[in-house]
Amino acid sequence: MTRSITMIEALNEALNEEMERDEHVLMIGEDIADSGGLFQVSEGLLDKFGQARVIDSPISEAAIAGFGVGAAIVGSRPVIEFQIFDFVTLAMDQIVNHAAKWRYMSGGQVKIPLVLRGPTLTGVGTAAQHSQAQPAWFVNTPGLIVVAPSTPADAKGLLKAAIREDNPVIFVEKRTLYEVKGDVPDGEHIVELGKARICREGTDVTLVGVLGGVQIAERAAARLERDGISAEVIDPRTLKPLDVDTIAASLERTNRLVVVSEDPRANGVASEIVSQMIDAAFWSLDAPPVRVTGADTPIPYAASLERAVLPSVDETVLKVKELFA
Amino acid sequence: MAELSDEQLVDLYRQMCRMRAFDERIAVLYRQGKVRGTAHAYTGMEAIAAGVCGELRPDDMIASTHRGHGHCIGKGLDPKRMMAELLGRADGYCGGKGGSLHLTAVEHGMLGADGVVGGSFALAVGAAYAKRQAGEDTVVVVFFGDGAANEGLFHESANLAAITAAPVIFVCENNAWALSTRTTAVTAGEIADRAAGYGFPGVSVDGNDVLAVREAVLPLIERARAGEGPSLLEAHTYRMMLHSLYSSTGETRPADELEHWAARDPIVRLRPDVVERVGEARVDAIDEEVVAETEAAVEFALASPVPDDATAFADVYSPTTITQLA
Repeated sequence: MTRSITMIEALNEALNEEMERDEHVLMIGEDIADSGGLFQVSEGLLDKFGQARVIDSPISEAAIAGFGVGAAIVGSRPVIEFQIFDFVTLAMDQIVNHAAKWRYMSGGQVKIPLVLRGPTLTGVGTAAQHSQAQPAWFVNTPGLIVVAPSTPADAKGLLKAAIREDNPVIFVEKRTLYEVKGDVPDGEHIVELGKARICREGTDVTLVGVLGGVQIAERAAARLERDGISAEVIDPRTLKPLDVDTIAASLERTNRLVVVSEDPRANGVASEIVSQMIDAAFWSLDAPPVRVTGADTPIPYAASLERAVLPSVDETVLKVKELFA
Repeated sequence: MAELSDEQLVDLYRQMCRMRAFDERIAVLYRQGKVRGTAHAYTGMEAIAAGVCGELRPDDMIASTHRGHGHCIGKGLDPKRMMAELLGRADGYCGGKGGSLHLTAVEHGMLGADGVVGGSFALAVGAAYAKRQAGEDTVVVVFFGDGAANEGLFHESANLAAITAAPVIFVCENNAWALSTRTTAVTAGEIADRAAGYGFPGVSVDGNDVLAVREAVLPLIERARAGEGPSLLEAHTYRMMLHSLYSSTGETRPADELEHWAARDPIVRLRPDVVERVGEARVDAIDEEVVAETEAAVEFALASPVPDDATAFADVYSPTTITQLA
């Protein structure tokens, strides 16, 4: 059985269930306790689990990230909320030099079961400093797992898996997906990290969508179908580790690769996916792989300008058709 | 305060001598090319680690700095395995992956040295909070230098510790210089006074007087253990060596300043008191034991194998590397 719920409700369920299951799980973040979070992801958790485990933090992103590392070293399983994902920059040293490296530097003496999560607001007019998640920074940081869910079911299952993971996990969410409803299985629902999901089967081209790019790819696939092109859509769900096998198997069938991601183009998530697929499946390809990405610009404020720098369904359809020209 | 027993006094003296001997030996090994990269000598500052760590329980924890060998010895780490780590050997605490800058021994409550100045403040607060939440009365000491007091994370963490009543003690080793920059030239006010801004005690102490350090830290430890929250201890001291063994930058510390502090050497200062209590012969014997222990540590480290190359790819989440190896 399934229920249709929003991603916010799905994330809340995951936190609720994991905090109930394991007393070592605790949360810290800005406005998460009393108000239940800016987007209500932690609604009700304070009442249920108390202020020792659901902590309203000062506006100190670096300190709460470091707090999480220290708590993780001694056996807690902290979940840190960045109110807006873009504010992660304030905590970069604690994430890159501490969370990601402590286990390695110590020669394996410690585990760092730490989840750092939050939404980026791409697409709603919050401009340059609230709208540009750059998950590639973390893919490029040894020691981190990077997760980017695009549906309520995946958000719930992946967050539960992330909380149970003994390595630090960067969990990137997208605001505009928060209120989209989707079917979530009843009961225990866990999505293994590192496993892609085939969103739509097809035979002519593989569209790999990341975060907001999944929705773009699915809409593009629907339009392409009307033009006689059968597109397979894959959501890797985890950017590191990347499920190379699932994408490679798809390329064996379709022989064409298009990656859609809203993050900036240079050294971005799409670049890494294309590189890994060239390593793994070059001889399956009949055409050069294509990236449909955000531009190498900050995100502008005006709606028309924001649309201009982000990938679109039109652009994706156009790029796919060029492969068949 | 009750007077220290003879053996307590001897312990403080011995601990400081062990720290001094270790770092003096490291300097030689560095010049011989056996220690890679760099290391930072604690020479002159031993009273702080000895005075503070001597009052901690084995299950209490410390977070350390780039100048951390003294903290490690104070917290009970084995110089053999420390030396092996600095020589990059398999028997080092971190299997040769950390070196001086990342010496870690969680079994001894040593959460880790930190190569990032001021990087460990929040980590210490988190560890302290989590231990308390788990029902333990563990205390965490985070050592830091005067330079780190000007990092934003110091202030964020002091505030976070205060509002969560975390059992953490911020111990500032103010050695007057941040590499080649005089601390007073770049630091507003007194570091100890910064605690007042966060509503917890800030105490200043002569960091070259091990008895004074001990006396100053005791109430702060008791306070933290009792659940009364964080505190700050600023210990005024001086490093007698250059910033790092690698340093090629000109340090412009005046000769008379070095002489002034040399006369206040914490080991030299304590020695007459110890001699008075236990006699010169006993103290001479300790001096010899310490040298022998350090030499034994070097022998142990040199005899330890270099780590297996495969360990370079272990202890980290690294999917692509694992694929490449296979």
